[in-house]
Amino acid sequence: MIEIKDLHKSYKMGSNSLHVLKGINFSVEEGELVAIMGSSGSGKSTLLNILGMLDELDEGSYTLDNVPIKDLNETKAAQYRNKFLGFIFQSFNLINYKSALENVALPLYYQRVGRKERQEKALKYLEQVGLKEWATHLPSELSGGQKQRVAIARAMAAEPKVLLADEPTGALDSTTSYEVMDLIQKINDAGNTILVVTHEEDIAQMCKRIVHLKDGVIVEDKKVKQVRASEYV
Amino acid sequence: MFNKDRWKEIIEVLSTNVFRTLATAFGVGWGIFILIILLAAGKGLENGIRADFGDIATNTMFMWSRNTTKPYKGLPKGRNYRFKLEDVTAINDRVPGLRFISPRNQLGGFGGGNNVIRGLNAGAFNVYGDYPEIIRQEPMTITSGRFVNQNDINNNRKVAVIGEGVKNELYDKGEDILGSYIRIQGVNFMVVGSYKKKSNNGDGEEGQKEIFVPFTAFSQAFNMGNDVGWMAITANDGNSITSLKESIVNVVKENRKIHPDDERAVGYFDLYEQFNRVESLFGALQWVAYFVGVLVLLSGIIGVSNIMLIVIKERTKEIGIRRALGEDPWSIKKQILMESIFLTIISGMAGIIFGASFIYGINAILDSVGPVDMFVNPSVSLNVVVVALIILIVSGLLAGFIPAQSAIKVRPIEALRTE
Repeated sequence: MIEIKDLHKSYKMGSNSLHVLKGINFSVEEGELVAIMGSSGSGKSTLLNILGMLDELDEGSYTLDNVPIKDLNETKAAQYRNKFLGFIFQSFNLINYKSALENVALPLYYQRVGRKERQEKALKYLEQVGLKEWATHLPSELSGGQKQRVAIARAMAAEPKVLLADEPTGALDSTTSYEVMDLIQKINDAGNTILVVTHEEDIAQMCKRIVHLKDGVIVEDKKVKQVRASEYV
Repeated sequence: MFNKDRWKEIIEVLSTNVFRTLATAFGVGWGIFILIILLAAGKGLENGIRADFGDIATNTMFMWSRNTTKPYKGLPKGRNYRFKLEDVTAINDRVPGLRFISPRNQLGGFGGGNNVIRGLNAGAFNVYGDYPEIIRQEPMTITSGRFVNQNDINNNRKVAVIGEGVKNELYDKGEDILGSYIRIQGVNFMVVGSYKKKSNNGDGEEGQKEIFVPFTAFSQAFNMGNDVGWMAITANDGNSITSLKESIVNVVKENRKIHPDDERAVGYFDLYEQFNRVESLFGALQWVAYFVGVLVLLSGIIGVSNIMLIVIKERTKEIGIRRALGEDPWSIKKQILMESIFLTIISGMAGIIFGASFIYGINAILDSVGPVDMFVNPSVSLNVVVVALIILIVSGLLAGFIPAQSAIKVRPIEALRTE
């Protein structure tokens, strides 16, 4: 599904440049649930941004679902993001003047799906994350865990190839964290490919594979026995 | 463009900070308001001055004789000459494009002695010998009877058409004037009509104290021979009298044996030129109104642009999220441009409506206090409203352009990092 070869990325900070990713080779199969771990500054967020086409790579190649991702203009990148990827952010990033339902329907709107179909689909995904009754509520009326579940529904709505989660539990207490992870595991069980960036060991253990980043290189890449989050809930 | 969701969003964004939106809208509305008021005031002045011109045929010149200033063909300078009737024929034959050539003679004048007597009443009036065409050049309303006609001219009839002012001075109230006689410098004329002049400028009263008699009878009665005192010449609508006056004057100079370079022997007044000068003044006034109005509007537009920039800044993160979810940058740009145009048009329309009702109020006041000098019916035409709308759309586009550009320039990753 994802194929990365010899990836380099550096940032210019004034006169000196910061070499963040120093040759990453990495691939993900369909249906995997991968945790990307590392301390802060290890390059894990940068890697996720490049995977998410939010940032450009300097060197190397990136192939997503057999489509080479390179030299994208903003319009093309927006199309690819919409078609291939679903994002889940640490700070939820819901649009605060839109209701939960409208938030979930947003990616479908960008796909020019008709209004009625959009509403139906969005409601279906809200139901999947157990928030059907909260459809008309604004994000400010939801708890943190509910917000993240809306965000997950939104990421799912466009039926992307890969879900990218950047510290999805970073802003949540452990009980809600496990609820969210339970949801992510269930989505993965349904066959979706998911990448989770985290620095929490227990969250990483709930994935099927852990990739350790340190100083811009992969130091460890191992399959683990998945811990079901439902055991803690 | 007619996308329900997009409009919903525009309304949502503009109503998040109602006071700010209203303050911004006020800037634009005020600009358009000033523009409308200035244009209407200019129009009011124009209408007022046009009313002063009345229905006078403006494509007209007046020509009179003066003393020659150069000797020519054995004739000395300082010679006094008079136009003759054959000059009228000569002009008619040799200068094409003229509509009326009215030779005129005149008795009396401002401050002259009593020259008209009826019974025990006497008065000093201007008495004109005229052709029937003069009523087309110097319009007047016939209030009773008729004006001088061609039969009067042909038969040298001693008839007179008197002004309402003459009637008031020589006749008792309610007295029948038609068929009565007045004596002008010892010669009796029968009154066949009365008139009222439309033009009501400063000498309005003087204009009602005139007496018109047939040109031929006038010449005969007062021993004018075929002398012509002065002429009123009107050109066809297609030609301007200003371009024809040179050749008219030349015909007269040749006929009267005046040196071709004698500039001062023939006096004339070109009404058309004067009128055009006033016309160009109106044009200039309109430009000033547009100039000032658009400048005032510009400050409103800058306000809109500013607010849009602030809105973009506030929504940087949101724009980042939308782009991460796959919104086309063009769609974002379009959204911002539409917000800006929507805001300008709505506030501009409010300004137009407010301005129009203001003008309506002024008109109501003008109507109730009666006519004011040089100011009649200030108004704006539909054209002005259309032009104002076009200005608004263009300025809305301009106001939104920079913010829209800056919105899509921010990379999604940077936008997402903004807290």
